[in-house]
Parts: sequence; structure tokens; C-alpha cells
Amino acid sequence: MNPVPESAGPSEAASPATPRRRLLGMLLGSSLAASLASILYPILKFVQPPATGELEVDSVAAAGGDELAPGMSKIFRFGSRPGLLVRLPDGSYRGFNATCTHLNCTVQYRGGEQDIWCACHNGIYDLRGRNVSGPPPRPLEEYDVHERGGEIVVARRQKA
Amino acid sequence: MRKLAARLYDWLDARLDLADLTAPLRHKTVPVHYFSYWYYLGGMTLFLFFVQVVTGILLLLYYRPTANEAFESVQFIMTRVRFGWLIRGLHAWSANLMILCAFAHMFSVLFLRAYRKPRELTWVSGCVLLFLALGFGFSGYLLPWNELAFFATKVGTDIVGQVPAVGHWLMVFLRGGEEVTGATLTRFFGFHVAVLPAITVLFLGIHLALIQRQGISVPPGLEPAMHVLAYLRKHDPAAAEMLIKTAGVQPETREMPFFPNFFLRELMAWYIALGLLGVLAALAPWELGAKADAFAPAPAGIKPEWYFLWMFQTLKLIPGKLGPIDGELAGILAFSAAGVLWVLLPFFDRDKGRAQRLIKGAGIFALAYIVAMTAYGYIAK
Repeated sequence: MNPVPESAGPSEAASPATPRRRLLGMLLGSSLAASLASILYPILKFVQPPATGELEVDSVAAAGGDELAPGMSKIFRFGSRPGLLVRLPDGSYRGFNATCTHLNCTVQYRGGEQDIWCACHNGIYDLRGRNVSGPPPRPLEEYDVHERGGEIVVARRQKA
Repeated sequence: MRKLAARLYDWLDARLDLADLTAPLRHKTVPVHYFSYWYYLGGMTLFLFFVQVVTGILLLLYYRPTANEAFESVQFIMTRVRFGWLIRGLHAWSANLMILCAFAHMFSVLFLRAYRKPRELTWVSGCVLLFLALGFGFSGYLLPWNELAFFATKVGTDIVGQVPAVGHWLMVFLRGGEEVTGATLTRFFGFHVAVLPAITVLFLGIHLALIQRQGISVPPGLEPAMHVLAYLRKHDPAAAEMLIKTAGVQPETREMPFFPNFFLRELMAWYIALGLLGVLAALAPWELGAKADAFAPAPAGIKPEWYFLWMFQTLKLIPGKLGPIDGELAGILAFSAAGVLWVLLPFFDRDKGRAQRLIKGAGIFALAYIVAMTAYGYIAK
């Protein structure tokens, strides 16, 4: 009582080496490849986020003139990245890029040890930003700090 | 290349006994007759569901489900993200076509009586899948957080609130509070991308497993002829020819292997559908509208999505009071009762003419009612 299935057609009869079949196979294959590309291309483009209008910042007011007592520090926004402003015990200011050069953690000032420390992998920089201990491969980028109109302004150093 | 694929297959086959796994696929057949084209609708619905999954995941990369950011993030997708308009357009168009295909699939199953014993559970699981699809449509509609969606959701959840006893609880559950707010958006987002997909996968698995297990239904009118003809073709081809010539039996009553014959045909249909979707997304982009504002009056001519329109229109037509109960409530109860009966339809089908005629009549009535009310909903102001 089983119905007879339709035969699979001529595909089994013709040898794959027949030139006409090879040509058809090539045409079919390239159409498939083109279709696939036209599906994948928009997807690949879609998943890359469009460039957001991120402003390159060259200088920023990091703190008020009397905000930090000597031996204190703060993290401020420098564009979209964190910066570290330190007021040394002698009352002078230092500014750094607060992103650790090892694996992008944010560093902190330690008053007791008089150093800059990254908690993630125990990287230590001195108060000039030089990497002195632990895994950081490069010194922190140091910024210029000026006092202007009652504000502490941090500026990127101009490359000579 | 081919050699490598063959070696990979052999390697896997030696470990997993693939031949055993693919056996059902090789033995599966699809009946061929003059109603065969209706068999493509279920597969087409499945394909559009795949499109929904892929485009939905892509949209998730940029969409933000909060009242403050949802509208802006969709705007961002439409204007800034490369091919964002295409992905969202595909998602919206494919959603609507999927529901259309599901409805068409359901009615074709009904009129070809494919729901009859032993396939009652396939019908029931299919009905559940349709309800889930409607849930996807309803929850997804709110996500862009625009004016139309905001008020449609207000109305839709308010209707749920009318259900006796559990209505208010359900409404608060859906809205995440007494009103439609950002909490509703977060909830609908959760339903849309986590709850409904999980349940859908389960029921889709059941639906497909049942079809795989039971094979594809042949319309009852063709069944005897198919069996006789198939038998004769095997044992006495001359008699088969005689039968076709003299008794007017359709020579088309036979079967084709599911793989690759039917599969490739279905693939072709999918390919055409994908092209159609691309054309629709490019030429008829999905609008975003204005951002939802809870303190703005509802815009004129507000309507739900077309697949809810026939219910919406019916509720509008029912008078405020029907005897002792609210008209609205009466309408909702009637729809609920009709829905339950619809799901249980196969269980009323006896091998007697009367029950069958009744079901066929109900199907024709339902189809005519939905089409007429939808059309009326579009014409009515």
C-alpha cells in the first residue's frame, strides 16, 4: 500500500563531468554566492556601530581652586576618558591620564605610599607617572596643569 | 572541497551514526496533488519566523528598552546605523507576513480537513503558535515607543482588564502597574525577546515533531485514490494508466520525497519571499511616527495592527449595554468562547456529514467575518 516516491530526476543519470552540467553548476553556485554575499554584507555593516560624534578634548577644568587639599586627588572626565588630578603634599598639582597602560583599569592616588596604584593587577607608578612596579608596560600620559581664574585646568601636552 | 566534506561526514558518521538520524528525512514524503501548493504555507511561516529571529537579534544590538531611550534608539537604528532601515523594515514586514501566512496556513488546514484524526494535537499546537505570534505582534508593536503604539497598548491592555475576575490582575501584570508607562515597555520587551520566544520554541518543536511523526495529511477526498493508484503503479502500471484514463482519477496523486525534491522547492519559495521582503523594506519603509507622550491626547484615526482590527471593529459595533452586561464585556466573552471552540475544532469532527459540514460552515463564516470586519475597519472612520 506504500505510494511510490517520485524518482529523484535526471540528477543521478547525468555524470557530474558533463560540460553543460558543470557550467550550470557554476552558474548556480555563483548565484548562490552572490545571494549569500548580499545577505551577509548588510549584516556585517549593521553590526559595526556607526561612529558617534565623540569630541576630542584638549583641555578641561578638572577642579575648583580650593577643592583639593594637599595630599588629595580626584578622578575627572577628560573627554570620554577618566583623568587623575593629584595635589601633592607640597600643594602643587599633577594631572595624568587615569587609564592604566596595562589593561585599561582606572588607577588611583595613594597618599600613604606616595604613588599611583592600579588595583586590578597591582601596577604601581610613581608621582611622575613612570611605571615602577608590576605589569604596566608604559608610563601614564601626564597632562599639563595650570591654575586659571580660580579653576584647575588640565591640558594635553602638545607634542613637540 | 567535496572530498573534505565527504571525509568530515564519514568522521561524524562513524561516531554519531548519522545515517540513522537522517533516515526519517530520507523516507519522508510529501503528497503531490492539485492542492499541494497549500503545503508551502506552513514552511513559509517557519521561514518568516527565522527572519524574525535573525533580524530581531540584530535589532537587539542597538535597541534600548526604556521610556527615555527606546524611541531615540529606534531613530538611531533607522538613521545612523548602516542598513538599520533595512533590518527594521525586514523585521516589521516579515512579522506581518508571518501572521498572514499563519492565518492562511490555518484556514488551508481547516478546509483540507488536515486537522482530523490523528492530527488533532498538531492543530492545537498550531493554534497556540498563532496566539503566540499575535502576542509577539502586540508586544513588539509597543517597543518603538511611539504615539500610535502607546495608545494601542493602552486600549489593548484595557480590553484585557475587562475580563471578569482575573481581568484587573492581568492588566496590572501586563502593564507593570495601573497605567501604561516605562514599566510596561520594560515588561513587553521581556515578553517579546525572552518569554514568548522560549514558549514558541517549545510549541514549534512539538508542532514539527508531530508533523514529522505522522507525515503530511492528504485531503480525505483524494486519500483512497492515492492509495489505489500507488499500489497499482507498483504492481500493475498498466492498470494504473487505465484507471487514470477511464475513471478520471488525477494522475497527480502521488508523492515526492521530502528531501531534496520538496525541500528545494520550498527553498525556492523562501528565496522569493526574501526578495519580496527586501523590496517591501526598501520601497515601503516602516514609519516611526512621533514619540509617545502620556500627557498628549490620542491621535485621530488610531487603529491597532491589521490582524487585531476585526476584533477591534467588532467591539466598536457592540452597543454599550447588552441587557444586564456591558457590551464590551459581552464581546470579549464571545471572542474568548469562539477562540476556545476554534482550538477544540478537531474534536467535533466525526466521520459524519453533519459535523463536517458544520465545521466547514464555521470556517467559511470565520474567514468571511474576519475579512469583512477588517475591510470595514479600514473604511470606517
